[in-house]
Amino acid sequence: MFLKHFAFVFSFFVVVAAQAQEAPDVLIQQVTDEVLEIIRKDKDIQGGNAQKVIDLVEKKVLPHFNFSHMTALALGKEWRKASPQQQQQLTQEFKTLLVRTYSNALTGYKNQKVVYKPFKMAAGETDVLVRTEVLQPGSKPVQLDYSLEKLDAGWKVYDVVVAGISLVTNYRDQFAQEVRSGGIDGLVASISTKNKSLEATVAKADKK
Amino acid sequence: MTARRGFFSLHKCLRHLLACILVIAWVGDSIAEGGAHDPLEGFNRAMFSVNEAVDGYAVKPVAQVYDRIVPLPAKVGVGNFFGNAGDLWIGINSALQGKFSDAGSDIGRLLINSTVGILGLFDVASELGLDKHDEDFGQTLAVWGVADGVYLFFPVIGPRTVRDTFGWALDSYSDPLRAVVSVPVRNSLLATRIVDVRAGLLPADKVVDEGALDKYSYIRGAYLQRRRNQVFDGRPPRLDD
Repeated sequence: MFLKHFAFVFSFFVVVAAQAQEAPDVLIQQVTDEVLEIIRKDKDIQGGNAQKVIDLVEKKVLPHFNFSHMTALALGKEWRKASPQQQQQLTQEFKTLLVRTYSNALTGYKNQKVVYKPFKMAAGETDVLVRTEVLQPGSKPVQLDYSLEKLDAGWKVYDVVVAGISLVTNYRDQFAQEVRSGGIDGLVASISTKNKSLEATVAKADKK
Repeated sequence: MTARRGFFSLHKCLRHLLACILVIAWVGDSIAEGGAHDPLEGFNRAMFSVNEAVDGYAVKPVAQVYDRIVPLPAKVGVGNFFGNAGDLWIGINSALQGKFSDAGSDIGRLLINSTVGILGLFDVASELGLDKHDEDFGQTLAVWGVADGVYLFFPVIGPRTVRDTFGWALDSYSDPLRAVVSVPVRNSLLATRIVDVRAGLLPADKVVDEGALDKYSYIRGAYLQRRRNQVFDGRPPRLDD
């Protein structure tokens, strides 16, 4: 009995360790396939249930993202001038905004197919780009690339690039604008306001 | 009949264009030094709100109806038809950028899809492995070394840099739909194309509306990044920061 438990726990650790060591392209492919498979089977998500898709993203996708790096990248030079507390608040709000926005995009998922481009990586590399393409009938393929970095906890995504548009650096001008007018705290406040208004619309839509 | 007159004025147009390129290159460089892409922001924002209104009241509702009532195979056919009509100009631009094997493939696509693909309604060439490319004269100018220049927001046609405005002018001039003699047919085709393109952008609307702190800046950033990506055929060199 004890041995059986031990074997189970041991195999669990092996799986976790293997995931952390996973090559970045394999990681992207596994997570993408898993999430799309769930969406394909879930009628609620296809029907536009925003909360359900947000839960899915938080559980399956977020563990593979490095949001403080993303936020630093979106803020640019100002990041180093922010206090640790401001950095943390900003990261939290930006994370909420990105998750809400792009989770919603997943509810529109219908019949698309993801193709993984050939991936090569030199030994010891710690910063890579994994390239994929989303195919959908009747429209041009959409390029979807992920920038990943190697941390102690494994490979983490720090940027997502859709059709050449970085979801992170595309915030740079807007962040700079807000910081100019209200400082870092002003920026935190305006993202927070945006999040609250989105939350209100999600709640309203789910009630219907 | 119109082809000959078209050719002569094309020649003249090219000469004017060359002069313009020199001017844009100069303006573009002097602005790039300042690091600001958008010195006309006030004007641009005004045009942006005009466009938002036009889109919200006219173009977007039509695109939404089109998207809802037209069955997928028909939408695919429409997209393929306009795509095929654009492949000659794409091929010319590939060649102008020195990508001759791409150009050959573009012309091959045009020949295959216009015949086997029944006037372009079916994209047989892609299934045969001839991938569609994404080229226009603005990209060709960029490859020739012309800088972006100032960012502009036009009513109706939307964002363009100065370079891409000239590119767009020549793209429109060489548009095969202009060769359609019957005015009602031509206008219907042009309108359908606008609706088709707008319908393709509908999924992006929600992301922009929900994700942007300032929609104008968000679209400006997205436009500039996307153009850079197109110029480098999907592999832009990394910008270090």
